[in-house]
This record gives sequence, structure tokens and C-alpha cells, in this order.
Amino acid sequence: MAAILLILLIVGGTAALSWPLGRYMRWAMDPLTLTGPAGRCDRWFRAVGGRLTHREQDWKQYCLSLLTFNVVTFTVSFAFLALQPWLPLNPDGRQEIEGSLIFNTVASFTTNTNLQHYSGEVSMSHLSQLCALMWQQFVSAATGIAALAAMARGLAGRATMGNFFVDLQRATFLVLLPLALVVAFLLVLGGVPMTLEGAARALTLEGAEQLIARGPVAAFVAIKQLGTNGGGFFGPNSTHPFENPGFFTNVVSTMAIIVIPMAAVWMFGRIVGRMRHATVLFAVMMALLLAKLGVALVWEAAPTQAFANLPIAQDVGNLEGKELRFGAAAGPVWAVMTTCTSNGSVNCMHDSLNPLTGLVPMVGMWLNATFGGVGVGLINMFIYIVLAVFVAGMMVGRTPEYLGRRVEVREVKLAVLAMFTHALLILGGTALFAASPWGAGTLNNTGAHGFSEILYEFSSAAANNGSGFEGLGDNTVPWNVATGLVMLLARFIPILLPLAIAGFLARKRATAPSVGTLGIDTVTFGVMLIATILFLGALTFFPAAALGPIAEHLQFMK
Amino acid sequence: MTRKPASLFAAELVRPAIADAFRKLHPRVMAKNPVMFVTLVGAVLTTAGIFTAGADWAFVLQLALWLWFTVLFANFAEAMAEGRGKAQANALRSARSETFARRLRDDGSEERVAATGLTKGDRVVVEAGQTIPADGDVIEGIASVDESAITGESAPVIRESGGDRCAVSGGTRVLSDRIVVQITMERGQGFLDRMIAMVEGARRQKTPNEVALTVLLAALTLIFLLVCVTLRPFGTFAGAEFSTPVLIALLVCLIPTTIGALLSAIGISGIDRLIQRNVMATSGRAVEAAGDVDVLLLDKTGTITLGNRMATAFVPAPGVSEEQLADTAQLASLADQTPEGRSIVVLAKQRFRLRGRDVAEPHATFVPFSAQSRMSGVDFGAPAAPVRCIRKGAAEAIAGFVAALGGRPDPQVLAAADSVSRSGGTPLVVADGGRMLGVVHLKDVVKGGIQQRFAHLRAVGIRTVMITGDNPLTAAAIAAEAGVDSFLAQATPEMKLQRIRDEQAQGRLVAMTGDGTNDAPALAQADVGVAMNTGTQAAREAGNMVDLDSNPTKLLDIVEIGKQLIMTRGSLTTFSMANDVAKYFAILPAMFAGVHATGAGPGPLAGLDVMDLHSPQSAILSAVVFNALIIIALIPLALRGVAYRPASAAVVLRRNLLLYGVGGVVAPFVGIKILDVLLTVLHLV
Amino acid sequence: MESLVTSLRIAFVTLLVGAGGYTAVVLGFARLAAPATAAGSLIARPDGTVVGSRLLAQAFTQPRYFWPRPSAVGYNAAGAGGSNKSPTSPDLTARGEQVVAAHGATAARPLPADLAAASGGGLDPHITERAALWQVERVAAARERPPTEVETLVRRHAFAPGGFMTQERLVNVLELNLALDRP
Repeated sequence: MAAILLILLIVGGTAALSWPLGRYMRWAMDPLTLTGPAGRCDRWFRAVGGRLTHREQDWKQYCLSLLTFNVVTFTVSFAFLALQPWLPLNPDGRQEIEGSLIFNTVASFTTNTNLQHYSGEVSMSHLSQLCALMWQQFVSAATGIAALAAMARGLAGRATMGNFFVDLQRATFLVLLPLALVVAFLLVLGGVPMTLEGAARALTLEGAEQLIARGPVAAFVAIKQLGTNGGGFFGPNSTHPFENPGFFTNVVSTMAIIVIPMAAVWMFGRIVGRMRHATVLFAVMMALLLAKLGVALVWEAAPTQAFANLPIAQDVGNLEGKELRFGAAAGPVWAVMTTCTSNGSVNCMHDSLNPLTGLVPMVGMWLNATFGGVGVGLINMFIYIVLAVFVAGMMVGRTPEYLGRRVEVREVKLAVLAMFTHALLILGGTALFAASPWGAGTLNNTGAHGFSEILYEFSSAAANNGSGFEGLGDNTVPWNVATGLVMLLARFIPILLPLAIAGFLARKRATAPSVGTLGIDTVTFGVMLIATILFLGALTFFPAAALGPIAEHLQFMK
Repeated sequence: MTRKPASLFAAELVRPAIADAFRKLHPRVMAKNPVMFVTLVGAVLTTAGIFTAGADWAFVLQLALWLWFTVLFANFAEAMAEGRGKAQANALRSARSETFARRLRDDGSEERVAATGLTKGDRVVVEAGQTIPADGDVIEGIASVDESAITGESAPVIRESGGDRCAVSGGTRVLSDRIVVQITMERGQGFLDRMIAMVEGARRQKTPNEVALTVLLAALTLIFLLVCVTLRPFGTFAGAEFSTPVLIALLVCLIPTTIGALLSAIGISGIDRLIQRNVMATSGRAVEAAGDVDVLLLDKTGTITLGNRMATAFVPAPGVSEEQLADTAQLASLADQTPEGRSIVVLAKQRFRLRGRDVAEPHATFVPFSAQSRMSGVDFGAPAAPVRCIRKGAAEAIAGFVAALGGRPDPQVLAAADSVSRSGGTPLVVADGGRMLGVVHLKDVVKGGIQQRFAHLRAVGIRTVMITGDNPLTAAAIAAEAGVDSFLAQATPEMKLQRIRDEQAQGRLVAMTGDGTNDAPALAQADVGVAMNTGTQAAREAGNMVDLDSNPTKLLDIVEIGKQLIMTRGSLTTFSMANDVAKYFAILPAMFAGVHATGAGPGPLAGLDVMDLHSPQSAILSAVVFNALIIIALIPLALRGVAYRPASAAVVLRRNLLLYGVGGVVAPFVGIKILDVLLTVLHLV
Repeated sequence: MESLVTSLRIAFVTLLVGAGGYTAVVLGFARLAAPATAAGSLIARPDGTVVGSRLLAQAFTQPRYFWPRPSAVGYNAAGAGGSNKSPTSPDLTARGEQVVAAHGATAARPLPADLAAASGGGLDPHITERAALWQVERVAAARERPPTEVETLVRRHAFAPGGFMTQERLVNVLELNLALDRP
């Protein structure tokens, strides 16, 4: 009962909030007229950016600017982390960070993944957290939102896709920053610490010394959630009471995970001018989300198998790795939300989830399109849409077309390339590390669960998620380098390819709709889309799932 | 007229198809089809694996056998599709090669050359009993021609110089009289040659949609190859070993072999179905375009109405006798080649026993009908300064003519013309000099059953536009009766062309039929241009399809076939992918039976065996056998096309998703289970 | 080239506003609106020594105190974490046996699950009211106080973290133990 109420509150409440937010995002990212405040902001942004911002870009130029900017942010972050021992704002005296770890961390935050092979309160100074990491959380999220706006403009049939440098500032200053302030204030009121001081020393009641690490946590957590970043200030992420002190902050944090991805669907619908189609997309994503929530809640209610033969009263489900103050359902709910999007923060330890519950986050990352990351979620969904439209279009007896433009060889080529890349990065990486000591030697659990740890890590990197089965000893050079490369490829290839497709589609002659053309506003199309997503995702990863979570479930759970 | 198709699996088609299936195993041929190429490689590797299989050699042998069958079945499907047209092509080829021609030299003498030695511009003589050697236009004479070699219709047709019925095709036989034909085709590019090529499928280029689908299938193949290849290291981790033959079996079952095998057969049989309807498409692209058509431009005469308007009554002006009107009208129509003109001559003869005058009367210049002037008639006297001019034609045209000669257009005649129009007929006003004599009432008859066909078209979102030279009143009446969506009245060829351009500018695809030379620009501009076989060579060149029956309503069939072709591709693709679910549930529990196994029993993953199959080997073999047999089972569907019932896209999608999507998920569960039982009972595993 | 310069400019501005300005504003808000929690919800004795944070668990092993949930990191608040053991892991069973033995649970009196399962961060400050009541017997005996008195103390410290949306009431172990020590 409490679980249902929680889901209603979080999912229903966020869905309700996403509607006005979507309208606001449209105004912020793609204003119809440049009068009043929209005009003023536009002029500031173009002033800051300089000469290059006064030109509208086609898809090639947009992508080039996007990549250039990300190279710059990568370099700046790298500098901050490499010079950590010599920079100010380091009250706890953090030292050097190892080279491959810096590479991995910077790649991770640049790509909105926030995979953390380090523990924040152990390795990072306050300055590093703020300027290398939190800053990236803003701009990487903004990159995703900008890319979505560009793709939407292309699909709307416009000749140009906008200007990346303007879009980036719009996303950062008009969308992310105000929302982050609101969420940060709520978190502060909820008890999350916010200070620049170093650790506090405490003498416990039993006479031991407890060093209490703290810092500018509220600010960090707010943007961590909103930008589907996921990297926590502390190692254990939002299970840490400082990041997530109570029920109220948990609700706020969970809603913050998914509010912008949901709103992005409405923003897309408004820019393209097809709100009914956007509703179908929203419904498809929501259906998959609710299905995953159902499965996760059911399976997590099973007790901890390891304690089965011990005198332990287990009527509240599996509590290992969970926090009590959020309520029983909160762990699985967050786990599903965080992997539906590309967030990756956790409020319970995924490595300790029951086997089939642990499969649900993996599925979320394999599909990577049910709401998905800010901006990039819908961009990934677009790949599925292209393929669904292609097959469904043929089934109604016409050359396939989407939003009035024909889907032909080139578009199909680019779409399947994106799908193949995703599969290659996950399955290839897992195969490499499972069969070699690089992976097999770093496991925290044996047997099928160990396989799941490796599979999860690559899935997380390839989906730009960032959560993990944290028992994995992943701060090794092979893991750092491999996942770093995977994250970079998995971030930019699935942004470039859909933008290219949208660019090519925009150049084609528009065909008029009729009762004979495939309707993308219908329930039937929604069903076709879900089927495409499930088939392409499930069929590709089913064997891996069978050898990991499913095997463990069948082996141990009675 | 539809050719009778040979029954689907007639013996004379099957035997050569089987032989062809083996012939097509050449790697270069197979490489065109990525899915089947991978299957071929798999079959080869598995065959090699028999020798290292040890105790399992019988199992691996059967696996290899069925993989070879899969490849052969795919080739067989393609060969079957091609075979249906090959018999026709062979007959056509023999008709062509034996022909000799009588070429006319510039001085009028003849020389005998082989038909294959003719070039464009040559003039040949063909007399009764002789075969026309190559495609061309009749420039002299009139003859009846037996075109059964091409159309299959044995009733002879008239071909004559001038007008729209001058085009003849090589290989047809002249039955009577003598004609001189000017060759219009390049050597080897004749109609017959193109028909043979199309029908044989040998030089068939993949159409754009087919290429895109092939890319999708190739990508899926690659993804599943990735899945299977990575299973080896996964197994290493779990301490289990997956043998190569089993991995290959999994791979072949997962990749879309069903649609991969049938794709080319679908394309070829689509063209073949067109040929059965006596339509020659010059490319597969045109067939696909037909399925995308949004607007049909149809000529009224012959498509919507029964061919020729017939004169049914003479309506004289006050003070003029009907006989006088009939006489004048007949005079004006003697040189009129149009069926309307001829029907006036006939009516006059019938009503008043007025016989046709000798055409070669001195000092009579005949002014033939033209689309521009919309009148025809006779001038008596010197051509430059005629003493008597008789004209008949459209009311406005005659009114202008009369006014130009100083006369006054008679309002009662015009009123009579109006009332004829409003009743759905076509009025032809007759004038002698500056005096209007009356109206000839021509009647149009709308073809039966045409309303239903248009309703079907509307249901799938295709709009119809009626093109006619009639005045707007007549056109409106006929349009309402026939049920077209809109019409273009008093249409000139330029208006037709412009209408096509307008529709295209709005993003619609346009199809039209035509036969005259003046139709050529419109035929070329239209996305799907169907030329009549009885039309001019120029029209046939301009369009991208030719209807040998010269039946304008054929366009509706063409659209249907185009849609059906694409629909078959989509449905079978869905079916192919949906099959994979059951195959996973058959093969994975079998493969993973030993993974994480403790003790003697099967490992935990055997719990995935929802079909309760007999043993790992029987499970894998059943899946492979099903994968091969489903190709054969679906060949009839591929060759005939999926059932096409005109309905909106939403309804069609729902229906096909249920049938081929859900059906595709369920069918293999049943099929594999049955095969598993069979294999076990027959002790084959 | 020019894109690089533009990128650097925007990087600089976003760094200034996004990292700098934003942090400053939130910092200011925290100092004004919630200074105590902003510093970490530290609990100090009257003489100023900090005994811990209200939000973080600390180690209790003496029978006279209520014991918190197990911590995989030994209640290290400068390096927190979870066990990350699969719920089917034999290592977990081993720890379970240790905990059961330490608490003295038997089949007749089974241990509440939250006392056996480690928390995600290793610093969960709460235990369920049920778990606290389960420990009353031991604590009362150690302190030579009537069990009903201790029980009343526990119930007074119990709260529902999410109001009507949560089913279990929780108790903050540190605050409970401080209250025990007070009279």
C-alpha cells in the first residue's frame, strides 16, 4: 500500500510537474519570438559567445561545435583534478589522484555518466568537487538538452538546427540553474549539509573518534539529480545520510531524477508541433517505466536468501544495502528511475539487490530510452522510432516516412549503426573482461553474480549511466581505461548519428499525410514502438541476462 | 486480360527451380544476400565440425544438413519466383530471333536484313502474314495486327499511321494489308528485350526500399553475430564450454533468415504479378512508387466512361430540319478520326439513310479535330478563300467561329447545348458558315462498378481526379455520377501537366495514364506514368509502365500490387523477428544446461525450458529444422503477396501486427514443440 | 580556432556562474535558513565537544547501549560504503551468523532483519522500533533499570519518517542512547 502511494506521488507528481516544465523549456530553448526577457537572454548569450554565436548552424557544424566544447570542458576538468594538491579549497588535504583514475573520472563527468571509481569524500577536495565535477554536471547535462533541441528543430523541417553555443547557455542558465537552485534550497531545508569547512571530529559515546566528512553537499546533489548525472558527493551516493537525510529529501531527489527527462518529451513535441505524437512517446516510456517498477517491487519483497536458514525475522523483504528512513519501496523505485534515465545515483546498493531486481536496472540501461538522460533519452528513442517506423511503414504498404519525410537507406544505416555500437560496447567489453583477469580478478561476488557485476559495469558505461554493482574493484587501470573509452564513444556516437539522421531528413521533400500514411499518433503505433524497443533490446541482451541475474535467481531463490 | 499463372508448385516449375537452387550456391551470388551468406558460412563450418565432433557426430551431421537445407530453401524460393517468368521469356526470345525484315532503302527498293540488324530510323515493310521485326511507328498504311506474342490476347488490333494508334512492337504479326514501319528503338533495347530482362530478374536492380531493408537485415545479422561470438568468453567465465556447431545453430536461428531468404522472391514475384495483369514495369522502383501514390489522374473517356461517346440525337435549331442538321453534321465529320465524329456519321446514316460522301471531293479541305481548336469540319472551295465552311464542335468554339464570320450565335441553340450538358451529355454545336444549325447530343456512359473501386481507393487515402475535355457542366455531372473526388474540365495537355506539378508541390505522388504523344510530358512528370500499349511510342517511352491491355482502369490494380509488395516485405520482416523469442527459449536452456550445474542434474538455467523439450540436442535441432522449414512454408505467401484488403493505415497496421507480430511469436513455440516430439519419436537425436 | 575560443569563453562563464555563483547562493541560503544542519547536524555536549552527527550512525558494542545496524565500513564517516554483497552470497551468511550470535537471537526469538542487514552507506542512524524494542531486555538488564521504563523511552523516540506513507516507525540510535545517558 505504501509502495503504491509512493509511486503515485513520485511518478504522478513528476508527470504533472513535467507538463508546465516542458512548456517552459520550450520557451527557454527555442523561443518563438525574441521579445522581452527571451530577447534579452538571447542577446546576452550571443554577447558572451562572441562572433560564432551569430550564425545558424547545420547538423555538421552543430556537432562540430558540440565536440569542440566537450573537448574544452574535458581539458579544463582534467587540469583541475591533476593540479588538486596545489589548488585552494582543500581543507582535508587531499593528495594526487592516479592518472588513469583522472582520465576515467573526467571522461565520466564529461559524458554525463558520472561513473565513480573513486570515493568522493576520500579522494576529492572541495574545489575539485565544485569546479571539476559539479561544473561538468551542469554543462554535460546542458549539452544533452541542446542536442535534443537541435534534433527537434531538424525534425520540424527547419533549414538549420540552431547554434550550439547559444543552446548550451540557454540550457545551463535558463533551465538547469533555476531548477538546481530550487532543489538545492529544498534539500538544505531537508537537512542536507552545505558548508566549505573540512571534516568535523567527534568523540563517540563509547569513546572512539569519528571523523565526519562534509562539504557543499546540497548544491552538488541538486544538479547531480536534475542533470541525470548521478555522481555523488560521497562514495555511497544517496544512501549516505548527508546526501539524503530523510523521507522528504528522498522524494525530492527521486522526483528530480526524472522531471527534466519527462519534460523533454513535451519540449520535443512543442518544437516539432506534434503534441499527440509526443503523448504517444510519453505513454510508451511511462508504460515501460511502470512495468519495471512493478517487477522491481515484487522481486525486492523477497527476503535476503543468505539469511534463510538463520533465526532472522524477514517479513520486510531484502534489507541488505538499504536505508530505513526512505520507506520500504524507495530503494527499488529509485533503482528503476535512475537506470531508466542515465542518472546512476543510488539510494540502495545495487550489488545487494535480489537477482531479478538487479536485472531491472540492467534492462533500463540496455534500452536506454524510457525517458533516458536529459535530452539524450529522447535522442536514443529516436533511433527506435526510425526503426519502428521503417518496419511499420512497410507493413501498411507505403515507403516508410516519419513526420512527412521518407526513411530511406541512409537513415536506416545510421540508425542501425547506433544500435550496433551500443551492443558492441556492452557485450564486447563484458566478454573481454569476463574472460580475462582484468575483470575476473576484481569481483566482490562469485559465480553468476560476479558476471552480473562485470555486465553491469559495461552496461552502465555504455548507457552513460554511472551506477554500478559497487562491489566491483573497479579502480584499476584496465577498468579505468576501458570504461573511460566506452563512455566517450557511447556518449558522442549516439548524439552525432541521430543529429545526422535529422539533418538528412530535413533536407528531403515533405510528403503530405493521408489516411494511407502510417499514423504516429495512435495507440497501435505506440504498441509497435514498445515491441521494437523490447525486441531489439531484449533479443540482443537476453543471453547475457540469462547467464547473470537469471541464472543467479534460478540457482538460489526458492 | 490476365494471364493464367501456373499453379504455384507446378512440376515444370519445381524441377528447374531445384536445379537452380544448387547453382545459386556460388559465393559470388550468395554474397548479394548477407543473411544467407552468413548461413552458408555457418553450414560450411558446421560440416567441417562433423569430423571433430567425436561422439556427437550424428547430431552435428544433422545440424549441418539442415543448415545446408536452409540455404538451399532460400535459393529455391528465389528460383521459383524467377522460374515463373522464365518460361514466358524463352517463348518471347524464340519469337524474336528468327525474324527477318524487309528494309526500305531511300530509293524505294527493299533489302532483306536480320531483325537484329535494324537500327533506329530504318523503315521496313511488313505485309500480311509477316512478323513485325522491331518496335516502331506505322508511318504508312493500316493493318490488323495479332499482338498475342506480347499481350496474350489473340483478337487482332488495328494499327494505322497518324493518330494515336501507330505504335507497333517487334514480334507481333500483321494479319492483313500492308504497313510501313519506322523503327524507333535502339538495337537490343526493344520492348521485348526489356520485358525478357524484367521477367527473368537476371539484371534486376535492388529497389531503394529493398536496399534499405537489406541494410537493416545485415545490421541485425551483425548484432546477433556479436551476441553469439561473445557467448564463448561468457561461457569461459561460467566454466562452461559452448561448442561451435551449437553457437552456429543459435546464430542461424537468430538472424532473420526467413525474410532474408524470401526478400528477392517477394520482389521478383511482385513484378511477375504485374506481368500477369499484363503490365510491363520498366523498373522495380516504379512498382514501389505505385504503392505510394496519393493522387490518380484518370482520363474520363475509356477509364471512367465506356470508351467512346456516341451520338444519340440531333437537336435542330428553330427553323432547321433535323435532316438538314444531320446532313451538315455528317459532312463535317467525314474526316474526323475521333470515335465521336464517326458515331455522328453512323447516326446520320441510320436516321436518314445518308451515305458517306466520297472523301476525295474536289475543292473540299477537311479541317481535322484538334485539342486546341476543339472543332472540326470542312471547307469548300479554294483553301485560301473557302466559299462554304461547315464546323462542328464545342459550343464556345463554334460561337467564336460564327461570330468571326459575322453571324450571331443563336441563343436557343446555346440553350439547347446547355440542357444537354446539364443532363450529363456532351453537346456538339453544328454551324454552316455564320449560322448555327443545331446540337448533336453525345452521350457518355459511366462504367459499371467504378464507384466501388473509387471508394476502395479513398479508403486507402488515394484521391481521384477526372481529366476531361468536356465543359465544366458535363464534367460535374459525370464526376458526381462516377464518384471521383475532383475533376479538371476543358483540360488541355498543359493543364494536365500543371495539375501534376501542383499536386507534387504539395508533397503528393501522382499517377496517371495516357496514350497520345501529347500525353508524353505529363507521363514523364508523373511519379507513376502508365502508357497504353495502343498509344504512341513517345508515350510508351515517357511512362515508366506500359499496360498491354490498354485498359486505363489497370492503374487501380497497379496501385494495389505496389502496396501489396511493400506490405509483404514488412509483414515477413516482423514475423521473422518475432520468431526469435521462441528460438531463444528453445536453444538457450539447451546451451546453458551445464552452466553452474551442481552435481549430476542440469544447471539452474534448464528452468528456462518452457516448452519442456526432450533434450538439449533435440531442442537445438528442432529450432534449426523449424528455421529451415518455415522458409518453405512461407514461399506461397511470398509469391502471392499478403492478403490485401483496402483499409486505412491504422486498421492495416493493427491487422498485420496481430497476424505477423503476435502470430510470429506464437507459431514457433508450437512448431518447435511439434518438431521436438517428431525428432524424439523418430529417434533422430 | 574560433570554436575553441568561443568554447573557452563559455566554459569560463559557466564555471563562474555555475560553479561559483550557484554555490555561493546556496551557501548563503544555508547559512541563513538552516545553519545547524548545514554544518552537518552535529550534536555537541554542553562543553562543546562533538559526540557525533544526528544523521550518522556510530559504533555501539556495549550491552548498555542500543546497537545500530551493521556497517560494512565500521561506521567510518570519512569513507562510507556498503557491503555490496549479493543477497545470495555465503559471505553474507557468515556475517549473519556473527550478528545473530552477538545479539543472542534464537529460533524462538528471531532477530529483526534490519539488525542483520548492513545499510547502504554504512551510516544508517536508525533502526526500526521493533528492533529497538527487541533490544530493551538487554539494555535494561545492563543498566539495572525496569524494562518498562526503557520501553517507554523507546516509544517516545519512535517516529514515522514519511508520515502516513511509511509503515515502519524508526528510532534514532544515537539520540536514544544520549537520552538513556542523560538522567
